[in-house]
Amino acid sequence: MSELKVPTMAEMMASGQQPDVLFWVGCAGSFDDRAKKITRAFVKILNNVGVNFAVLGTEESCTGDPAKRAGNEFLFQMQAMGNIQVLNAYEVKSIVTTCPHCFNTLKNEYPELGGNYEVKHHSQFLQELINQGKLTVEGGVFKGKKITFHDPCYLGRANDVYEAPRNLIEKLDAELVEMKRCKSSGLCCGAGGAQMFKEAEKGNKEVNIERTEEALEIQPNIIATGCPFCMTMMTDGVKLKEKSTEVQVFDLAELIAQAKDL
Amino acid sequence: MEISSIIFIILLIVAGGLFAKNLNTIIRNIKLGRDLDRNDRKNERFSLMARVALGQSKMVVRPFAGFLHIIVYVGFIIINIEVLEIVLDGILGTHRLFAFMGGFYHFLIATFEGLALLVLVACVIFLVRRNVLRIKRFFGKEMTTWPKTDANLILITEILLMSAFLIMNAADAQLQVLGSEYYTNVGSFPISRQLMGAFAGMSESSLIVLERGAWWFHIIGIFAFLNYLPYSKHFHILLAFPNVFYAKLTPKGQLDNLASVKKEVEMMFDPSADPYAVPAEPEGEPQRFGAKDVTDLTWKQLMDAYTCTECGRCTDVCPANITGKALSPRKIMMDTRDRLEEVGKGIDKNGKGFNDNKSLLRDYISEEELLACTSCNACVQACPVNIDQLSIIVDLRRFLIMEESKAPAEWTGIFTNIENNGAPWQFAQADRLNWKNEQ
Repeated sequence: MSELKVPTMAEMMASGQQPDVLFWVGCAGSFDDRAKKITRAFVKILNNVGVNFAVLGTEESCTGDPAKRAGNEFLFQMQAMGNIQVLNAYEVKSIVTTCPHCFNTLKNEYPELGGNYEVKHHSQFLQELINQGKLTVEGGVFKGKKITFHDPCYLGRANDVYEAPRNLIEKLDAELVEMKRCKSSGLCCGAGGAQMFKEAEKGNKEVNIERTEEALEIQPNIIATGCPFCMTMMTDGVKLKEKSTEVQVFDLAELIAQAKDL
Repeated sequence: MEISSIIFIILLIVAGGLFAKNLNTIIRNIKLGRDLDRNDRKNERFSLMARVALGQSKMVVRPFAGFLHIIVYVGFIIINIEVLEIVLDGILGTHRLFAFMGGFYHFLIATFEGLALLVLVACVIFLVRRNVLRIKRFFGKEMTTWPKTDANLILITEILLMSAFLIMNAADAQLQVLGSEYYTNVGSFPISRQLMGAFAGMSESSLIVLERGAWWFHIIGIFAFLNYLPYSKHFHILLAFPNVFYAKLTPKGQLDNLASVKKEVEMMFDPSADPYAVPAEPEGEPQRFGAKDVTDLTWKQLMDAYTCTECGRCTDVCPANITGKALSPRKIMMDTRDRLEEVGKGIDKNGKGFNDNKSLLRDYISEEELLACTSCNACVQACPVNIDQLSIIVDLRRFLIMEESKAPAEWTGIFTNIENNGAPWQFAQADRLNWKNEQ
């Protein structure tokens, strides 16, 4: 496997270059073992297409999303203003991220605090690369496979992005099958609002099991998603339902990277 | 002036006055909320109101209930033209004042009658859904005796009003057949004429009693219903419009950035700030971080609470509620309204400075409910009148965390990690790029 080319903003600046886009990796993408694979898959695509991008690397810090949703506005704004200082110092104009939570926070909540960027989720970014003819995708391994898309709340309802992820799946020549609750009525995986980081409150079921059962009902080969936290919840759900051999959970970037045999 | 006209005018003034008084109380209560500017983007607001409130676009997401609701809604609006005639007749002592319109009047009466029948049928189906089919979303722990009774009272009242309207017309039609003096031949009464058979054997005088009785019952019923509205979830018929107009227009995922926090954080980031400076005299009362009671919420959040008609579409799609957790977004709205009513009554009794040592947090809404929310916005999406349940949950959470430092242990952990190493997990920020060299 070839080495990934991942320039940092600091390196770029030192050599007097400015990337076209900053790839905001996010905490999950940096540290979670499963999510790191998504990060690598996305970078493989960026390298393959030859996108002029950079990451912040060790200068990146949590956007503050889980703190804000938990109610810790103070910590959120501390994180936000710190990040904005770094981003503005590098004169960042455009950001792409593989995490819908980072996407939402950077796009919607940073401007009022002085951080104005054009922010895209990687599904939108990949869709644009395809539209511009820079990225070509053929079905390959996914031809004829049944794929369902689990809408991340912070991509779908929170920001009305429903089509880009589905267009990508259709590019794979796969059969896109929808769950009963999809798009604007999609059911949460259970991780949002900082639930990811704590035990669920007392109830009679885990949210991710409810969602996984719904996905399994339509018997897909693959559950696709576009969020590292949904990834954890759905993967755990499929494991608990003992379906890991029949049903795989992939991020959109992984699907594209695999289809291109990267 | 006839005695009946005088009685009618007195009733009209009393009903109107009482309603105005109750409406004022609700407006006063809503204004107990904090300031919030929602006067921007007027054109978008008008078009949203036209689509969602006037056009009922979110009701039809559930086609059957949505369709029936549109019937009742259209019926209510159109039949109000008839109420206008009834009110004018009442004041002037006339009978069917608009009859001079001739053929168009026939058409109007026919429309009113058709709608009245449809509304009646829809209300019966609604009653069956609630009480016989016992559809799940009409139950739940917040649906105690009063909310259930309230719903049934509204439906029964509407059925009675529509019945009185049809009986009044049927008696009128029969009187026209008999050639009774005041009942000039004016309408075709396509629906109520089916009832005429039942009245065929009645004398002219008993028919007049029946017709007048139904007329008075109908209009007094409307006056009474008008004054029931401020005590009922049914108040949504008025507030739905302003509530949608003033709804949040920014993306659903965008939470507000607390201005009070922003000031503090900006100072910490300002290199020229003097750390020993005497803090500026705060303007007015210092504002809480987040919300403990209804008066910490904005006026829009309070309007949301009065607009809620307890349909339960939010709770029905809430992932926490679906999986048996204590959270119900509908309960959040009902609790907010009930607490606001309590505060309002306290102010009426004891004046503005009143304090009953109770609060929305804990006396109404528990920590357990708040902690169950995934902030997925399903409730916000589902609400047919664009209520923002999530914003109240987040504001209450903010108070728990920032004022009381009451977070579950795991959350305290992620806060510490984010502060120390810039990630919710305990990984060093220096390792943030390690994924680059892993397989």
